[in-house]
Amino acid sequence: MNMQNPEGYTTADGRQIGGVLMEMKNITLRFGGVNAITGITFDIREGEIRAIIGPNGAGKSSMLNVISGFYVPQEGEVWFRGAKRPPMKPYQVANQGIARTFQNIALFEGMSVLDNIMTGRLTQMKTGLLAQAIWWGRAQAEEIAHREKVEKVIDFLEIQHIRKTPVGRLPYGLKKRVELARALAAEPKLLLLDEPMAGMNVEEKEDMSRFILDVNDEFGTTIALIEHDMGVVMDLSDRVVVMDYGKKIGDGTPDEVRNNQAVIDAYLGVSHD
Amino acid sequence: MSDTFFYAAEVMLNGLMAGVMYSLVALGFVLIFKASGIFNYAQGVLALFAALTLVGLQEGQVPFSHVINAVFGTNLHHFGWTLPSVVAIALTALVMVGMAIVIERYVLKHLVNQEPIILFMATIGLAYFLEGLGDVMWGSDIKKLDVGLPQGISETIETVTYNLFGYGFFIDKLDIVAALVATALVITLTLFSQYTKYGRALRAVADDHQAALSVGISLRFIWVLVWSIAGFVALVAGIMWGSKSGVQFSLSLIALKALPVLMLGGFTSIPGAIVGGLIIGMGEKLFEFAIGPMIGGATENWFAYVLALIFLVFRPQGLFGEKIIERV
Repeated sequence: MNMQNPEGYTTADGRQIGGVLMEMKNITLRFGGVNAITGITFDIREGEIRAIIGPNGAGKSSMLNVISGFYVPQEGEVWFRGAKRPPMKPYQVANQGIARTFQNIALFEGMSVLDNIMTGRLTQMKTGLLAQAIWWGRAQAEEIAHREKVEKVIDFLEIQHIRKTPVGRLPYGLKKRVELARALAAEPKLLLLDEPMAGMNVEEKEDMSRFILDVNDEFGTTIALIEHDMGVVMDLSDRVVVMDYGKKIGDGTPDEVRNNQAVIDAYLGVSHD
Repeated sequence: MSDTFFYAAEVMLNGLMAGVMYSLVALGFVLIFKASGIFNYAQGVLALFAALTLVGLQEGQVPFSHVINAVFGTNLHHFGWTLPSVVAIALTALVMVGMAIVIERYVLKHLVNQEPIILFMATIGLAYFLEGLGDVMWGSDIKKLDVGLPQGISETIETVTYNLFGYGFFIDKLDIVAALVATALVITLTLFSQYTKYGRALRAVADDHQAALSVGISLRFIWVLVWSIAGFVALVAGIMWGSKSGVQFSLSLIALKALPVLMLGGFTSIPGAIVGGLIIGMGEKLFEFAIGPMIGGATENWFAYVLALIFLVFRPQGLFGEKIIERV
């Protein structure tokens, strides 16, 4: 398997991975004098599940925030779909087709599950403000079309029974799933998941793993995820970036990473004798 | 039934109508507070400014005429044309949208992520600035606003009620119009926020900024939108209050009457603003009617605030506000 091939590669389970979708070149992010990320380079291929792992404080979430535009790196370039991306606001990144979830769930608690997922369609809705006011009928027709897409996502993630429930009343695991649904509703080209399984029990983790694999399989969505649970990451992802203290210490298939001495040291600690 | 009963009923009805006027002002506060957590002190001045602009446009006044005359020694005051009310109202609405854009661009944009108290201070500054701007642009004299709304006591109601009950109700036609307009306004706002994509975006921003950004909502656009709507509501309030009592500086003080309404209804609830306004309006009229004579009258000046104070003690989030629970 040649993963440096610009045309893409074939995974162990026989899925065809395409060319480069997103490329991070020499990204450095500083907060005051502290380097959160130092000179990191990696790419995300079309159709793959790419994981970013590392111990606490390694800079994983910062990296995801750079990709989604919440942080602007001091150095380095972000390339998306073959073009260099100028510094962008998060909403502009979202409009480019990058959807995300958050480590500490950011849902609209006061709104119903359905309304929450409908907000995911905002990037796809084209009718302007005045047009919505004037052609009420057309706005309604558009609403119905988007509603159909949303219902598909709801079916897919098996949350039909809670569609009218205000999100604030849902248990943690379901909230995570609704957040995934909202991101999916945007039909993203790249889906960013920030610790999709944090704080879940084993059963919920299994459900979530299955959904992530199904999303990738069914829609061919490219997924970049951050996760603490090593076992989960190794099962899910095609390629893994390992970070420690803001630096990249490993990059490759789960097996390669597992046997990488620097990675083992970072996770298990190394004796200094 | 006795005349006293009907008189009380009439007082109550008039109170409700006055309450609608309070609600109109409170509505503007709620919109901005809900979307951004800013208590917009300038809402009353926005209403004054809207009314001043409306009168100015309607009568073809030259804006800044005092300044221009002082600098260039000219003697401008009017363009010499008058605009139909509908055109003037539409133009004023556009001015309010323009103002929302300017406020976002030069005030709010620079205060992103600041404490609510800082933003509150900024709106106080804004209030004084707009007050001065209104003076310089349109002059400080008291103006009469007439957009063709019916005025005076409705004789139909008086006759009908007299035939029915043997007691003629005195109801101001303008109050009835205000009630109708307020109802239409609330229905429109509700439809907008529930069934359009911008309404949904607005609710999303009100709920969680970060999440809103992640689904592709531009916060700056939402601020402009919400201040435009608040400006439009201020225009409606300005028209109603201006038609009732003339356009003058004291119009901006109606904001102070909206405060107890908000405490009663809750700062984040549109129905709360309406119900709060009705309760305050009705309460102060009835109180004045029943208790006023016993304690020397003039209770309308303080009744609303005392009622709000009582509410603060027993139900600080207001009737319809969200209960604030901090989890530890």
